[in-house]
Amino acid sequence: MIELHVNGEAHRLDVAPETPLLYVLRDDLKLNGAKFGCGMGQCGACTVLVDGRPVFSCLFPVSSVGARPVRTVESLGTVERPGPLQKAFIDHQAVQCGYCIAGMIMRAQALLETVAHPSEQQIREHMSPNLCRCGTHMRILAAIREVAAQGRLPGAGPQKVSA
Amino acid sequence: MKRSDAPIDQGRRAFLAGSGLMVSFALLGSWRAFAGQENTLGATILAPDLPGDLKIEPVLDAWIKIDARGVTVCSGKVELGTGVRTALWQVAADQLAMPLERFTFVTADTALTPDEGYTAGSHTMADGGTAIYHAAAQVRQMLLDAAAAKLGVPARELALHDGVIVAADGRQLTYEQAAEGVDLHQRAKPVSPDSDPSTFRYIGHAIPRVDIPAKVTGGAAYVQDMRLEGMLHARVVRPPDASAQLESVDTRAVEAMPGVVKVVRDGNYLAVLAEREWQAVQAMRALREAARWRSTRRYPGNDTIHAALKALPQRIYVTTREGNGPVRQSQHAAPDAAPAAPSPATLSVGFGKQYVIHGSIGPSCAVAVYRDGMLTVWTHTQGVFPLRAGLAEWLGLPKDKLRCIHVEGAGCYGHNGADDAAADAALLAFRTPGRPVRVQWMRDQEAAWEPLGPAMLTELEAFADEAGQLQAWRHALWSTPHNERIVNAGRLIPARLLARPVASAPSAPIPQPEGDADRNAVPLYRIPSVRVDMHFVTEMPFRTSAMRSLGGHINVVTIESAMDELAERFGQDPVAYRLRHLDDARAREVIQRAADRFGWNGGQALPDGHGVGFAFSQYKNLMGYCAIALEVKLDKQARSVQIVRAVAAVDCGQIVNPDGLRNQIEGGIVQSSSWTLYEQVLIGEGGVRSVDWSSYPILRFPQAPVAIDVQMIDRPGHAFLGAAEIAQGPTAAALVNAIKRITGHRPLHLPLARQDSPLFA
Amino acid sequence: MNRRQKILAGIGAAGFIGIGLFLALAIKPAIAPVARPDVALSPALVAQGERIVALGDCVVCHTAPGGRAYAGGLPLKTPFGTLYTTNITPDRGTGIGEWSFEAFRRAMRQGVSRDGHLLYPAFPYIHYTKVTDEDLRAAYAFLMTRTPVHAPARRNELPLPLRFRPSLAFWNLLYLREGPEPATGDAPAERGRYLVEGLGHCSSCHTPLGVIGGEKHRESMQGGVVDDWSAPALDQLAAAPQPWTAGQIVDYLRTGLASEHGAAAGPMRPVTENLGRVPREDVQAIAAYLLTLQKPLRTVEPPAPPGDQDQRIDRGRQVFAGACAECHGEGSPMRGAMGRPALAMSSAVFGPSPRNAVMTIREGLAWPSQPGSTTYMPPFADVLNDRQIADVVAYLRSTAPHAAPWSGLDEQVAHLRENRP
Repeated sequence: MIELHVNGEAHRLDVAPETPLLYVLRDDLKLNGAKFGCGMGQCGACTVLVDGRPVFSCLFPVSSVGARPVRTVESLGTVERPGPLQKAFIDHQAVQCGYCIAGMIMRAQALLETVAHPSEQQIREHMSPNLCRCGTHMRILAAIREVAAQGRLPGAGPQKVSA
Repeated sequence: MKRSDAPIDQGRRAFLAGSGLMVSFALLGSWRAFAGQENTLGATILAPDLPGDLKIEPVLDAWIKIDARGVTVCSGKVELGTGVRTALWQVAADQLAMPLERFTFVTADTALTPDEGYTAGSHTMADGGTAIYHAAAQVRQMLLDAAAAKLGVPARELALHDGVIVAADGRQLTYEQAAEGVDLHQRAKPVSPDSDPSTFRYIGHAIPRVDIPAKVTGGAAYVQDMRLEGMLHARVVRPPDASAQLESVDTRAVEAMPGVVKVVRDGNYLAVLAEREWQAVQAMRALREAARWRSTRRYPGNDTIHAALKALPQRIYVTTREGNGPVRQSQHAAPDAAPAAPSPATLSVGFGKQYVIHGSIGPSCAVAVYRDGMLTVWTHTQGVFPLRAGLAEWLGLPKDKLRCIHVEGAGCYGHNGADDAAADAALLAFRTPGRPVRVQWMRDQEAAWEPLGPAMLTELEAFADEAGQLQAWRHALWSTPHNERIVNAGRLIPARLLARPVASAPSAPIPQPEGDADRNAVPLYRIPSVRVDMHFVTEMPFRTSAMRSLGGHINVVTIESAMDELAERFGQDPVAYRLRHLDDARAREVIQRAADRFGWNGGQALPDGHGVGFAFSQYKNLMGYCAIALEVKLDKQARSVQIVRAVAAVDCGQIVNPDGLRNQIEGGIVQSSSWTLYEQVLIGEGGVRSVDWSSYPILRFPQAPVAIDVQMIDRPGHAFLGAAEIAQGPTAAALVNAIKRITGHRPLHLPLARQDSPLFA
Repeated sequence: MNRRQKILAGIGAAGFIGIGLFLALAIKPAIAPVARPDVALSPALVAQGERIVALGDCVVCHTAPGGRAYAGGLPLKTPFGTLYTTNITPDRGTGIGEWSFEAFRRAMRQGVSRDGHLLYPAFPYIHYTKVTDEDLRAAYAFLMTRTPVHAPARRNELPLPLRFRPSLAFWNLLYLREGPEPATGDAPAERGRYLVEGLGHCSSCHTPLGVIGGEKHRESMQGGVVDDWSAPALDQLAAAPQPWTAGQIVDYLRTGLASEHGAAAGPMRPVTENLGRVPREDVQAIAAYLLTLQKPLRTVEPPAPPGDQDQRIDRGRQVFAGACAECHGEGSPMRGAMGRPALAMSSAVFGPSPRNAVMTIREGLAWPSQPGSTTYMPPFADVLNDRQIADVVAYLRSTAPHAAPWSGLDEQVAHLRENRP
């Protein structure tokens, strides 16, 4: 049994320990946010936060997570009450097909939780692990910039840190 | 306001029939002649006199159903990430005078919606939007007439409010009440009641896209997100190349792996089904290791592909335009003598382009279940009806025992792996009755097995008089097909792999004026004599099919390069030189608008390493107009090319959703700059060697343009012209033109900014 | 101590011992500024200079992350402080715009700046001194035709004793053998020697350093450690389980990848990016020379096998399946279509130290700044814990032919984590 803390909830799961976190989130916890894109850490569609850091969940063995808290895009808000980045992405229509977007939002979230007013170059460099094929880059950057202008985003509160 | 949908209807042509047959495209003429033939998107034309896709599905209740449960609008078009679901919904809402929330909108489901063929070619608003625009107006009038009869007042005294019909005396009828006894099962009329664009609440307004909130909050939005009760997870194992034969595979160890339900082996077809997804992935890996293949074919490499295209079996399609006459196309088995052109050419220029991939961020996926004799497939295909026909032929099922339902996938940008993955799911479900099967391709499978965007070669000769006025134009191009859609089962890869394979139907190009590899090869510019020779290479070293803008990408590069070179030759400003050869007022206006907004003055003073480029095209010479001016920065040491500033001016007819249109143009510019600067499939003896994002790198955030400014010219009352593919050609051409200005040399091979490109020497 | 620590420690020691004695050697005159370059900047000479500058890897150190090329500012971090590389664009105020060719030549040959102050030997003038006048002139012509960038040198953050530059004269007396050593013949290996020993300054990293930070000449090319990465021995290439061929060396140096051996990582990566820009024959010459240096395999005493080896390998195999196999597993597309070797063949896995395996897993191989077909690997520092890294390294080691298990893996992994914040 693997114990996993996702979006503030503890789960006990009967999964093979090497299973990539992505499959556990999608298939066992039925969360849609993290997407399968490449399975090789090259596109960022599967990006989630582990202990506040953006990681590729597609090659993250679930047994490596330990007590570190996992956050997915589902933790940031809902359709009725979207979080700041979610709202900015909606307002800027920073989506075409949208397949990469949950990963984009999570990577941006990690930046804006740690850096108060990132420069344009910082934002672009930080976002570079994530690919968008539709060419929505200008809008994604605009949405991130808008939230960045409002100051640092609060994190998820006290973080559980693995031994 | 009277509405003219005629201009784009010029594009609704039948496929060329028969070989060696001369087909003339008279611009005026009876549409009846085409009844019963297919349009360019794979649907059959039944009513040539009707606007948009009412030609294909002329019956009103195929589009709009009203019963006690409410109003339902149906579209056979699908959301591919371009926002058309919202835009089509907007059209229906205004024409029905109902709020979006008041009615249901259903897209592409073979059991529920009209057959509109493929969602492709920037046709969705032009064809599907136009159909809904007219169908909804006609239904609205029928409801008013019915209400008038029921309330005993003249229809003109009735008002429409939010789906309610209100009489002057305050009596009301809902649409559902008004529709009682009204038979919508009737043929649409060629002419619809007028609509006043000034009353539109949705059309022309930046209505937030209906699908985005779920997508940014983790809602189930994609076929990948489907989880059916008892669903099995499948993975396929594909051969190392298209020629490879499976020599041996020991499946016993794989079958014994945890969770594995079964291994399917049939000819060269291999797949595994497991209870859980990770089990399926691990079993796929084991199966891949166990399989022994023998390849029988050697493939050309990136250096030899263009020579190979000239040497492979091909048919020639010649398109001509003389004076103000019509565009004519004819087919030849071999090159004929071209009519005498003034000699020598004023300018010769030609380009080579490598294979490219659609490269959806999400590899293809499908879910299927075979239960009680009915096979249901959930798929992100662009065409549920052609897919159903292909699957039915392959599996030997009657069409009414097969239902294909569109569910979104990642953006596809053309014919990617969607149909093949759907065929995988259909086959595996068909052989595993009772249990839903989800097939998810891996990244390398999508990269290596999706139909590629064709490698191409162009050669252009332009002839001008001493004053620089263009007199003649000879454009030759070589390409494999751009339209290997599902016209038979053999177009589905899984059907080719089984022990009893189905052969692919013979290739046929999309005829002019829409064009295939020769899309946009006929310049819109005023030239007395134009001839385009398309060498349609029928033997494909690599399977190719439709990718946004087809040959238009490199043809516009070729044309617009020639226009810049000629302008330079005759000492003229490139923008002025284009305008000098253009009569179309809308074309002139986008060019002027882009130049003005950009501050184009021909001799811009710019920092070292910067240059400007300009380009224009009207997509297919029928659809959206797009002019683009760019400022580009070349840094040789950093080996980088970046768009510093882009200004696009577009005219897509009546704008339905301005923010959506702007998003499409911005996306087109960014996507095309990635194609043009960086992208090429690495090929070699063994076949495709680009199987991930490290071997097929694309643009990332640091390389995205610094700024894009989109100027939109709205044409209320004019036909919708589509947007998703109109910026690709002009962006690429403007990049090439800007680089010529910076370096003094015109790069003639795409991609431009390969790290070993002479550009950086 | 790492490489730079040793250099600086050496400098410090030198400072205390030698100030008085070597003051005379340490005082160098300024060379008068020039209004414009005093070499004719012909396009042919500039083009030749581009090749020389690429072979010398100048841009690697003289460019800050995200900064303009050659404008300097790259921090070279050490526990004693930080050195910043300088601006070598032809900016008059902050670069080398006022440098005559003679000033440039003196810097390259003797490690002396135009104004007479001694340069720190992190600048490899002990190798550049071997470059011919002709090549130096070409390099000068190339650099003087770059776009001038105003970029003042950042102040080095060093404690006082190390800031006293004249003490460097002592170090120079021990390690600087001034003067060019041109190739003595036309044979590729001769050209290769010139490039390896001079411009390429390969032994700066690939030779172990002595206590005061100079290269141990008796152990030349026997491998060193730089920035926590091991720079493998270059005299054991033929002794690898699959001996390197000249063609593989050329591919590796030009593309960062030898399909039979693996990918360049860490500080070697930018070197290969530079060598990808020079004529192939130069790299072929380098390979030819390197192959003349080969010595029989230096056998290392096999360490006592760690106790829980079997369980460790089993755990490592599991981690590999979840985190690594999509790219590196048998039959993976990277090994099929892309022709990459099994990791067992990688020098990071069969070499004498686990250092590079651990470093590569932790830090990965970054994307290049511009899209181009490349080797890439995501970093796993935020993914795998120390034990999992050690487990997967032990598993990989177990797949390498004739390789004894590494001992002290856990300590090595922990050490590298602590060293790399």
